Amino acid sequence: MTDAAVPARKGSRAWRSLRRNPSAIVGAVIVIPIILLAVFAPLLPIADPTATSWTAIRLPPSAQYWLGTDEIGRDILSRMIWGARASLLAGVISVAIALVTGVPLGLLAGYFGGWVDMVISRITEALLAMPFLIMAIALAAFLGPSLTNAMIAIGLSAMPIIIRLTRGQVLAVKAEDYVEGARAVGLNHVEIMGRYILPNIVPPIIVQATLTVATAIIAEASLSFLGLGQQAPAPSWGSMLNTAKNFLTQAPTYALFPGLAIFLVVVGFNLLGDGLREALDPREN
Amino acid sequence: MSWKTLATTALAGCLFAFAGQAADLRIALQDDPDMLDPAQSRSFVGRIVYASLCDKLVDINENVEFVPMLATDWSTSEDGLKLVMNLREGVKFHDGEPMNAEAVVYTITRNMTLPESRRKSELSSVEKVEATGPLQVTFTLKKPDASLVAQLSDRAGMIVSPKAAEAAGANFGANPVCAGPFKFVERVAQDRIVLEKFADYWDAGNYHVDRVTYVPIPDSTVRLANLRSGDVQLVDRIAATDAATVQGDASLGYAEAVGLGSMGMYVNMANGENGKKPMGQSKALRQAFSMAIDREAINQVVFSGTALAGNQPWPPTSPWYNKDIPVQPRDIEKAKALVKEAGFDRVAVTLKHHNNPVVTQTMQMIQAMVAEAGFDVSLISTEFATLLNNQSTGDYEMTRSDWSGRADPDGNVHQFYHSKGGLNDMKYSNPEVDKLLDAARASSDPATRKASYNAFAAIVTDELPIITFGHQKFLYGFTAKLKGFEAYPDAMIRLRGVTLDN
Amino acid sequence: MHIFIAKRLLVAIPTLLLVSIFVFFLQKLLPGDPVMALAGEERDPVVLAELRERYGFNDPLPVQYVRWVVAAAQGDLGISLRTGQPVLELIAQKLPVTIQLAIMALAIAFCLGVPAGIYAAVRKRRFADHAVNFLALASLSIPNFWLGIMLILLVSVNLQWLPASGYVSPWENLGLSLKTMIMPAVVLGTGLSATLLRHTRSSMMGVLKSDYIRTARAKGLSGRTVVLGHAFRNAVLPVITLTALLFGELLAGAVLTEQIFTIPGFGKLIVDAVFTRDYAVVQGVVLCTATGFILLNLVADVLYVLLNPRLRSQL
Repeated sequence: MTDAAVPARKGSRAWRSLRRNPSAIVGAVIVIPIILLAVFAPLLPIADPTATSWTAIRLPPSAQYWLGTDEIGRDILSRMIWGARASLLAGVISVAIALVTGVPLGLLAGYFGGWVDMVISRITEALLAMPFLIMAIALAAFLGPSLTNAMIAIGLSAMPIIIRLTRGQVLAVKAEDYVEGARAVGLNHVEIMGRYILPNIVPPIIVQATLTVATAIIAEASLSFLGLGQQAPAPSWGSMLNTAKNFLTQAPTYALFPGLAIFLVVVGFNLLGDGLREALDPREN
Repeated sequence: MSWKTLATTALAGCLFAFAGQAADLRIALQDDPDMLDPAQSRSFVGRIVYASLCDKLVDINENVEFVPMLATDWSTSEDGLKLVMNLREGVKFHDGEPMNAEAVVYTITRNMTLPESRRKSELSSVEKVEATGPLQVTFTLKKPDASLVAQLSDRAGMIVSPKAAEAAGANFGANPVCAGPFKFVERVAQDRIVLEKFADYWDAGNYHVDRVTYVPIPDSTVRLANLRSGDVQLVDRIAATDAATVQGDASLGYAEAVGLGSMGMYVNMANGENGKKPMGQSKALRQAFSMAIDREAINQVVFSGTALAGNQPWPPTSPWYNKDIPVQPRDIEKAKALVKEAGFDRVAVTLKHHNNPVVTQTMQMIQAMVAEAGFDVSLISTEFATLLNNQSTGDYEMTRSDWSGRADPDGNVHQFYHSKGGLNDMKYSNPEVDKLLDAARASSDPATRKASYNAFAAIVTDELPIITFGHQKFLYGFTAKLKGFEAYPDAMIRLRGVTLDN
Repeated sequence: MHIFIAKRLLVAIPTLLLVSIFVFFLQKLLPGDPVMALAGEERDPVVLAELRERYGFNDPLPVQYVRWVVAAAQGDLGISLRTGQPVLELIAQKLPVTIQLAIMALAIAFCLGVPAGIYAAVRKRRFADHAVNFLALASLSIPNFWLGIMLILLVSVNLQWLPASGYVSPWENLGLSLKTMIMPAVVLGTGLSATLLRHTRSSMMGVLKSDYIRTARAKGLSGRTVVLGHAFRNAVLPVITLTALLFGELLAGAVLTEQIFTIPGFGKLIVDAVFTRDYAVVQGVVLCTATGFILLNLVADVLYVLLNPRLRSQL
């Protein structure tokens, strides 16, 4: 058996089963158009999301403003589309941060064991014992309110889960014959981790990452809702909800759309994650 | 039926009847007050609770004039260095102790010396206070201070029971004992503060509410929902955007009063490196910024027309307002010209503001307005704690900041515009302004003070260390069953004469 | 068994110490001065300096940390800067509120999640299973705070059925207490019911595949008896273990819910404390939550071992 072939063959089989998986398909159908809208927002024939009008304050949906206008006369539809960028970016980048920090730490803990594992595990446990949102709020307040800092805060708060998952997977893989073999041949630690362990623990991490994107999007919305995320006048769904909450009686539809958008995207990523899990993890079938 | 049962039934009947008549008033507050010790407390909402809990030496009426409360009359000596106050007779504290000159001396001394006291600067002009009779106190001042009576009409002048204060020390706030119309019953932090009518109050006949419960509800929509469902009877305060809804509802009452404070933007003029930026250095740019703002549009859009456009540290309705410098309409052409004149094409400015929704909305409007004149404003919304810190350490170019206002004009200007003022975070310094503010503080003649403040307003509306743009009104909604409620410019909820039908 | 518990408790001590270090230094890093945050409008430099000295904010951080930890170990969590109340007293006041909310949310989640999970497992891979699964996924995906806002808008503002905020102690007025708490509990319980559903379903599916269930079916017992009488009993055990863990999660999840419904509980206490830089309260509450979380984890582990005879014999 050549070492690179193990993950590759697994990968193509997983891809085939993913394409037949209904959850994954529905998830993709929801997520992909939203990603496209967000990416191509500047090219779309929509109003400037920051253009104000004092004569069009909190209008209900109409032919001119499909979803109505906000508290200073901006087009809600165009703010929703531009707001998708903040949400998706926050979801993806904070998970990337969690992966970049969490996977190496988990690898180290699982591979070396002993006091390395002891130290990393205790830190992970301590981090997990603190409420996620409180950590994120404190970090966001410390770093100063901005979308970037919210992403860092969410990423760091999601890190312990990734560490724990990676560590557990490494422990399982470490006992496999091919790893023992590699060790017997005299390969060094970096080579063993990079070539034999990491490729084999990727699938569960991908699944977890996809599901964490969903959580991170909600977390970004929560932080923006508390005023610690995206800054005005740039739109984000969470901050739109934060404002809309003050006009519940005057403009109820304003609070409806951003929430629906968050819901849709999160459902999409959750479906995608579930589909991936079924495709990548044979135990489920 | 035995006599015993009959008596019991009758008694129960009486109790029921009594319970039926007891008027329990629930008031929704915007925030949870901090410590309920007049010497230590800082929060604005705390003062609303004090209005029913702790009587002051002096009160203010709806025209912001000083009227007797625990002191029946007072006079200042010719040289302005002595203030003599005569006290009301027969006043009792909630613990039954008598309120007299000794108690006043004790309280004022406590305010000046308790390590945790926040009242020290308010009483900084006081050299000493002595009992010059059983019901007379004399304040000896270090230098004349026209604002002292105003200070005594607020927390610094709330007299507490010496016996209770001595026993509790710094922990007095856990169980405050004052001489107000209602006494403290219990407090559950972030949930409620309960007061009940004090039968021995000196003016008890004018109070018709038996029990007051203050509940903090920060969200304005939720506050209003609670009012409409009858869970609270009075709301402090309603959002400007809800004013029309409340006024249009026959089951609700509405009251409003123009506040004493102002809404403005600070420009860092000499507070560290940020004071060297164009806005702080160029008067023309500050004037252009101010001219580019459509103050009336902000009033209409953000405050649904309930606020007042403004340009001075006190509202246009105030007797201290300089009528020769009225609020100017927006002049975008002149603003553009001023920017050019200052040698700029476009000016980049960062402006920090509190991240509350109304402030954020206002700032986004201003951002759009001044953009037309050539200002590229980057808004940075921060939490309140961070904003205050940035402001005092000079870590800002411009900030948006409000002042709730004080009864005496000195409280609205001296600490901000005087070069040695404790809240002068702009580090604005103009010897002429210092002279005018000191003169106004030292004089007790209203005409002299008015002349000084007029001259002062002419200077600061030209130099603009603070760009004032408006004055909020305090808006109240209450159930129509609540009668006799009046809104005051100091935003205190006074329950004298208020009745609640069942 | 005793050794197992003792070992676990011993490991919890360094974890708690780490938590205390994290929370202490994290909030010391926060910009903004607690004394100034409290002073609000009235910032008198002389008073501020005096207060800073008084509360020991001028001492080196390690000194402040040791002082706090030593006091905390003796059960003294300090005094709230904002209200002057002892932090322990605040916690004792707020904890029952959040626990009531958590219990009600759990009850709702249980009533929805467990039966639906069983139903889905029995109807495995059929339409009902897919429908239930999708519903679970959808309720996992609703942002809590948005659901809260929408419920307030619909139920309180428009229909005026339930109060939009506030809290009444169940000892004071049980009916009113349940009435004010039902909406927040629904909001908090929705996501949870989905988690419970998923776990019940997979646990139930495992049990239904097992030999003894097949035997029972072979003996001719009706489907109903098999599912409810035999399979359910075995499938629900891991779900109960999970519940201990979820309870910890619930306490944390209450943060936003309490914020929206203005419930004077644990979550609101800590968010307000973070924003006003009320150090002693933030430290105390996080330490308390972390301790609770660690203990619940321990309870879950112990339960798991106790309920699982095979593991028990290994100890």
